[in-house]
Amino acid sequence: MQPDHTAEIARLLAQRILVLDGAMGTMIQQCHLSEGDFRGPFHDHPHDLKGDNDVLSVTLPATVRSIHDAYLEAGADIIETNTFNATRIAQADYRMEGHVGEINASSASIARECADRWTAKTPDRPRFVAGALGPTNRTASISPDVADAGARNVTYDELVAAYAEAVDALIEGGVDILLVETVFDTLNAKAALFAIEDAFDRHGGRLPIIVSGTITDASGRTLSGQTPEAFWNSVRHVRPLAVGLNCALGAALMRPYIEELARVADTYISCYPNAGLPNPMSDTGYDETPAETSRLLGEFARSGFVNIVGGCCGTTPAHIRAIADAVGAVPPRRLPAEAEPAVA
Amino acid sequence: MPSGPFLRAGCQRKRSRRLPDRDAVKVPGVMRLAGLEPLNIGDDSLFVNVGERTNVTGSRAFAKLILSGDYAAAVEVARQQVQSGAQIIDVNMDEAMLDSKAAMVRFLSLIAVEPDVARVPLMIDSSKWEIIEAGLKCVQGKPIVNSISLKEGEAEFLRQARLVLRYGAAAVVMCFDERGQADSFERRTEVARRAYDLLVDKVGFPPEDIIIDPNVFAIATGIDEHARYAVDFIRATRWVREHLPHAKVSGGISNVSFSFRGNDAVREAIHTVFLYHAIRAGLTMGIVNAGQLGVYDELDPQLRSLVEDVVLNRPRADGGSATEALVTFAESYKAQGKKAVEDLAWRLAGVGERLSHALVKGITNFIIDDTEEARSAVAARGGHPIEVLEGPLMAGMNIVGDLFGAGRMFLPQVVKSARVMKQAVAHLIPFIEAEKALSGTAARSKGLVVTATVKGDVHDIGKNIVGVVLQCNNFNVIDLGVMVPAQKILAAAREHNADAIGLSGLITPSLEEMAHVAGEMQREGFTLPLLIGGATTSRVHTAVKIAPHYSAGPTVYVPDASRAVGVVSSLLSAEHRDAFVAQVAEDYATVRTQHAAKRGPKLVSLAGARANAFAADWAGYVPPVPTFIGRRLLANVDLREIAQHIDWGPFFQAWELSGSWPAILDDPLVGEAARSLHAEGKAMLARIVAEHWLSADAVVGFWPGNSDGDDVVLWTEETRAVPLFTWRNLRQQNERPAGKPNYCLADFVAPRESGLRDYVGAFAVTTGGGVEERVAAYKAANDDYSALMLKSLADRLAEAFAEWLHRKVRTELWGYAAGEALDNAALIREEYRGIRPAPGYPACPDHAVKSEVFAALDAGAAGMQITDNYAMLPAASVSGFYLAHPDARYFAVGKIGQDQLEDFAARSGIDIETARRRLAPNL
Repeated sequence: MQPDHTAEIARLLAQRILVLDGAMGTMIQQCHLSEGDFRGPFHDHPHDLKGDNDVLSVTLPATVRSIHDAYLEAGADIIETNTFNATRIAQADYRMEGHVGEINASSASIARECADRWTAKTPDRPRFVAGALGPTNRTASISPDVADAGARNVTYDELVAAYAEAVDALIEGGVDILLVETVFDTLNAKAALFAIEDAFDRHGGRLPIIVSGTITDASGRTLSGQTPEAFWNSVRHVRPLAVGLNCALGAALMRPYIEELARVADTYISCYPNAGLPNPMSDTGYDETPAETSRLLGEFARSGFVNIVGGCCGTTPAHIRAIADAVGAVPPRRLPAEAEPAVA
Repeated sequence: MPSGPFLRAGCQRKRSRRLPDRDAVKVPGVMRLAGLEPLNIGDDSLFVNVGERTNVTGSRAFAKLILSGDYAAAVEVARQQVQSGAQIIDVNMDEAMLDSKAAMVRFLSLIAVEPDVARVPLMIDSSKWEIIEAGLKCVQGKPIVNSISLKEGEAEFLRQARLVLRYGAAAVVMCFDERGQADSFERRTEVARRAYDLLVDKVGFPPEDIIIDPNVFAIATGIDEHARYAVDFIRATRWVREHLPHAKVSGGISNVSFSFRGNDAVREAIHTVFLYHAIRAGLTMGIVNAGQLGVYDELDPQLRSLVEDVVLNRPRADGGSATEALVTFAESYKAQGKKAVEDLAWRLAGVGERLSHALVKGITNFIIDDTEEARSAVAARGGHPIEVLEGPLMAGMNIVGDLFGAGRMFLPQVVKSARVMKQAVAHLIPFIEAEKALSGTAARSKGLVVTATVKGDVHDIGKNIVGVVLQCNNFNVIDLGVMVPAQKILAAAREHNADAIGLSGLITPSLEEMAHVAGEMQREGFTLPLLIGGATTSRVHTAVKIAPHYSAGPTVYVPDASRAVGVVSSLLSAEHRDAFVAQVAEDYATVRTQHAAKRGPKLVSLAGARANAFAADWAGYVPPVPTFIGRRLLANVDLREIAQHIDWGPFFQAWELSGSWPAILDDPLVGEAARSLHAEGKAMLARIVAEHWLSADAVVGFWPGNSDGDDVVLWTEETRAVPLFTWRNLRQQNERPAGKPNYCLADFVAPRESGLRDYVGAFAVTTGGGVEERVAAYKAANDDYSALMLKSLADRLAEAFAEWLHRKVRTELWGYAAGEALDNAALIREEYRGIRPAPGYPACPDHAVKSEVFAALDAGAAGMQITDNYAMLPAASVSGFYLAHPDARYFAVGKIGQDQLEDFAARSGIDIETARRRLAPNL
């Protein structure tokens, strides 16, 4: 287990806005890999693996490493492990449940090695690894069955067990931060946070946690119906290093929600939107150029909304470089001196 | 544990505050709950009602639905509760005939997908932990667990509490321990204290998420021991709020009236009276039947008095039993029938009063008839139907607003009032339309107003009335409804090319949201008028908190619907607009100035303050004589000795970690950060001492001195012939409570006319020698952290040095407290005789006197200088006076008046402007 770098990261966060990396999936797509590339040693696996990006950490580590390097070179302070879908629940789609530990451990050690190499290269700019924990492809508080509103296709206990397995391997693989991201159902996230706290007990230490939700449409709510402040209230018990939003909508439409979080949360704010809205005509599959995304995030920074910025779907190293430039000279958001929530 | 607040260790900015402010330690005490929407409950929040109808032990109807598996109807019960104003809903499935765990999971899963229900936080209620835990696994928001307790001992209590925290919930803690359920004031508070301490100290449970339930038991049972149950609950509530910081209090209210089962009128009266007193004592929330709450002021006075005797266990004048008196009365009350009594009481009043009564009590039965009666009366004298709305109906709603604001009505009741109001308005609208059609004015619109109740708020009575009134006056109104986010309001205003925007809200968070909308209007380049209304808004709030966010257009407070037409007409009139806007702007500027001024305390005249000076008993006082007169240099004092006097409290403040020393080291939030910072600080301190990084030098002097009014005159030697300098002091001028003097430091020095030969000391110490070089070296190496650490330690050492020297002065150099034996903690608490007030600090705000002090001490010899702005160099320096009188104390001069400013300037021989500049913070 890595030592707890909370104090060091906090010192950096007080000085400047930190930069998170951009999309892993977008970069992998642009490599145009074949089924054979994905399979590697799993050539006899009974299910196609093309599209299972996380498995590349085992089968094609050099590709994953080069993507991390590209983001670190572009100026990312924090890189995410290639583990968005690396839980037993999500890997079931590829019948890869049995390899979840291996995928997480391998992803963590690749990212660790890259970050350490860049820290050695630029000691004034230490790099950190965030172990990514995605939402899985199931929802614990939404019914999959139109006929029965009380039905669920996954339980809290199943989620806790699946996340525990991933978290243990990420911790052992050497991540500095645990990042519960793209939260569309806060109950899933709470299960992940529960598993993380259990894992801290097992490992006898702690790591900083970042929780990042997703506002899915202009209703300003998560898929499971929470407002940004309700989301914050529901995850505040783990005292995250940062809370924020990522993925859906893109920066322009995300503005009021990140502003709301920045107002109510007495912790650091992270924000890594998609490069705008999906656009099948674009190389990256998304609308915005590096100039556009970075202009929007630069405005967030000047408005005092953010402490950590980066990109999600459709962003590339060019986006991250532009974002790092746009926020480099902007002072970070200050924590509310006394968090004063609006009280009933 | 890493945390947000911890991260304030933010490291880069050193606090400019000069005095350690020991009261500044403030943990936000807000419980942040959530369903789909947030519910934040702070120490000052209004009473929160928790719906009890989805509890199988409390509602037989609900139990029947669950037992028969009719979950659809059960969900309806939940929906109804939220609609009628429950802010949290309690869910309990403890029923012997039921698979309670399965029922809990099923019901919570069903309501999770009902947005009307799921928007409020849940209270997961069971006496069995496994049912609570099953419930916690179904809830995405932040719920409350009801309850955990010490019933099965400490180990189980701690285990459950840790899990509650891990699942992300707040907890009701029942006052129950190994010895049983606490039923007296003493037992309740004893168990509450023990549980609270265990949670905070052993589990790291956030204190704001602890809700104490001091147990509501039935009263008026005829058993003497039960007579104090309610009043002890109320006392225990007050005790918890006063003694357990940020803890909340809750109770199951219906239990209290259990002995009057079947007599709903009396039960309602008991609940109302009990809640009234418990809320006053600090009850945060209660599990209540929203339909069984009365209004305290509206209760039958005889019934209220009898109930109050029982609830508060008051002795009766006739010496009889309060319970018996109530039971007797209750029988007759029941026999008479509640309705009959009431009908006779209020149906006989005038129509205006009847409308008010119906609104306050939420009675719809007669509202159409009464509204019609009022309307025909208006019509008979040739008036307009709108007058009914603007007159008696609004008067009634104002009463509702006042009662709500005063905490005498609760949300569920206000919701009922709104229903009554809506029916009355619905009755009037056809008449209003008909009149408009008749006069042919319907077609020409005078302008368009977009109205909305802001995000986070569902209250729309006032806004709806404004809408009706504006429409009656030929304005078009686009009503966006309730819970409307800023973006939607602005988009609608743009889309409809609105002439004005009207915002409404009832609950306090709406005030902040309105300011937010105003800011967004500014940002998006709007210039059209913004109208502010709603029961909690005010002219002052609008002027001070909202208007400044929106300088691009006028912001106008509209006190009630009757003013809306006048305001909007003026704003949209080409002729009157500019004058009106200018007048409002001027008015609000005045309000802001008054508001800013009002924040200062009330001042008395300088003469009055002097007349109320502190009068020491000089007749019985023998001033101690210092061991020398003049100044002395103490060079290179041993840092090791100084370091023992460090007060670590301000060290953490300098690093923006809040908490009191030494408890901060175990603080659940910042403890880990504080421990590591403390360890690093101590490590560097050890090097500073061992490697002699800094030099510690001091100068100290004593001189003959006497007060002369508010001045203190110092002489060079004992003949008191040659003046050294005169120290001009300031006197507190704020209005003091009876018996408290208006202090001035001169009060602690014997006056010239007393004939006493008194003395005054002065000192300057520094540990700054060598700091700057090292700080520069750290910065050159990009090690800002160590640079800041060294500076903060040098500051602490300078303070410690001053503390060390003060002790040496008391015990040796002045020697009036030779036998003093105090440990460091006692020193920090200043439990000694004499003070060392420093120029620039609250008791002695004028920095300029430092020049005289430095000159008299020849502080340059110790390496210290004064800048033009009276700052000391090096920065890690402390200087001040010594006063030895046993009554001498620190105080803050605070604001002074123009008279004292002029007096000070005259005494000091400086012009008023110079004096004003020097004393700016006190003006």
